[in-house]
Amino acid sequence: MIAGLVEHEGGVVTEPSLQTLTLGRRLAERVGVPLAALVIGSEARPVVDGLAAYGVSAVHLAGDDWLDRYAPAAWAACVVDLIARAHPSAVLAAGTDRGNEVMAHVGARMGLPVAANCTEVGPGDAYLVTRLRWGGSLLEDARLHGDVKLLTVVPHALQAEEGPTAGGWSVEEFSPALRDKDFRVQVSRQEGRPPGKVSLPEARVVVGGGRGVGSPQGFGPLEELAELLGGVVGCSRVVTSLGWRPHTDQVGQTGVRIAPDVYIACGISGAIQHMVGAKGAKRIMVINTDPQAPILSHADYAIIGDVQEVVPAIVSAIRDAKGR
Amino acid sequence: MDVLVCVKRVPVTGGRISLTEDEQDIDTRFLGFTVSPHEECAVEEAVRLVGAHGGSSTVLTLGPAAAEEQLRDAMAMGANRGVLLEAEGPEWDAGATAAAIARVIEGHRDAGVAYDLLLFGNESADAGGYQVGVRVAHLLDLPCVTGVKQLEIVDGTAVARREGPGGFEIYEVTLPAVMTVKEGINLPRYPSIPGRLRAKKVTIERLHVERLEQGLEKVRLRLPQGRDKQVEILGDGAAGVERAVEILRQIGVMPS
Repeated sequence: MIAGLVEHEGGVVTEPSLQTLTLGRRLAERVGVPLAALVIGSEARPVVDGLAAYGVSAVHLAGDDWLDRYAPAAWAACVVDLIARAHPSAVLAAGTDRGNEVMAHVGARMGLPVAANCTEVGPGDAYLVTRLRWGGSLLEDARLHGDVKLLTVVPHALQAEEGPTAGGWSVEEFSPALRDKDFRVQVSRQEGRPPGKVSLPEARVVVGGGRGVGSPQGFGPLEELAELLGGVVGCSRVVTSLGWRPHTDQVGQTGVRIAPDVYIACGISGAIQHMVGAKGAKRIMVINTDPQAPILSHADYAIIGDVQEVVPAIVSAIRDAKGR
Repeated sequence: MDVLVCVKRVPVTGGRISLTEDEQDIDTRFLGFTVSPHEECAVEEAVRLVGAHGGSSTVLTLGPAAAEEQLRDAMAMGANRGVLLEAEGPEWDAGATAAAIARVIEGHRDAGVAYDLLLFGNESADAGGYQVGVRVAHLLDLPCVTGVKQLEIVDGTAVARREGPGGFEIYEVTLPAVMTVKEGINLPRYPSIPGRLRAKKVTIERLHVERLEQGLEKVRLRLPQGRDKQVEILGDGAAGVERAVEILRQIGVMPS
């Protein structure tokens, strides 16, 4: 069998986990084995029944309530326990913070390799996987060895899709063998995000600024433009390193990934690490003095000119249009 | 407190990546090198912690002889010592890297140097395996928190904050421990000139390590198929504004 680790939030399976099950089902069909799901914590009970629609024929539920407060090594212990009892040929998790973390623990405990952030998986003695490098700017084809193949699936690399089960339906509850040290690291408390303005990943319009903005004050017109369009301001890594903007505004491989209807990139050259963060943007409008800047090869529209001249001009044009 | 920071030498890529002919590596003939962004923050965090609590910071890397450059950079930022695990040739997978690092840490412990805190980046910029720190923690039987965005040490306990689903998660862990950090935990300083001069004089501990069998074996690298877009130039300077506003209207983001 092929097993997928299911993450859930507020009684709902997360989208990346459904995508992982979808890839798992396709893999299971190719190998001719059933797809199983591992679900952890008492709060996960409501998600169990819905998994059948995604081709899962066996659910393994570690339903103890002390697993509700996330503890990475304890979640990994659940996976290790499942492997010992049910002998899956592969375990897949979503390539999320938690998925990558849990699988790293599983690999470490069992002395097995882990392929993180795969987009494609081909079965075999060794699996042939394609995985992301450089945050997605580069692909790697690799052979994944090990008695049990451990891998994570890049979120949003494929669409979650319902599908048939290989037959049967069973839910098996189990209490994994846990050690005290599996709880040395456990969430001790949580804090909600401060409410307020639209967040960068959700914004429909993002106005990004790079070194070409010139100074922290230079972001004033960008703020105005963002506000007019109901969007938010983002920035490149150079800007954060210079201390012009907080790191929470940073778009890119080591910052936020955005997916707006339009990304207005001002004075940004377009390093690959920045562009992977903007890959989800439907359209990119560039304002840059350099017509040869790499970002133009990612852009739909460009104005060749100075940010400090062009952005205020757009702002007043929008104001005029609004006043009419 | 004594802190060990592990860093990786990676190329400074610009607007595009090109590959070597054998498709095994990035063509770095015209590129400089740096450490991964998360790890640059790990170095800064170590220097700050030692500044606040006393002790020493050691920076370690596994890589080619040329990775001495990254150790010197870290020492110019304020790290006290450097350890280079010299390994030429093809890159190492996470399991082999962690095994080599853990062995060195055990060697230091046997020689009387026990680290209170081991810092890593959450993931390297290039390989992005998300696991070396976790694997080292297991080999040394230490607790490990990943993705740390804020770190405080209070009476031998590390209070770590990281982003989780729906907000922030706070972990409290007794030292010694492993932490993997993310960019944003701090703003790394630029190395000072006196720092660079000081770093030049430090003797680096060099060890040769043998490459182990690879559990994740690279076959080849590929560039993702670019949807090379045809950009529409809207105009020069203010001349492009009218058309830009028209497009924003078409997209449906203009204020009503």
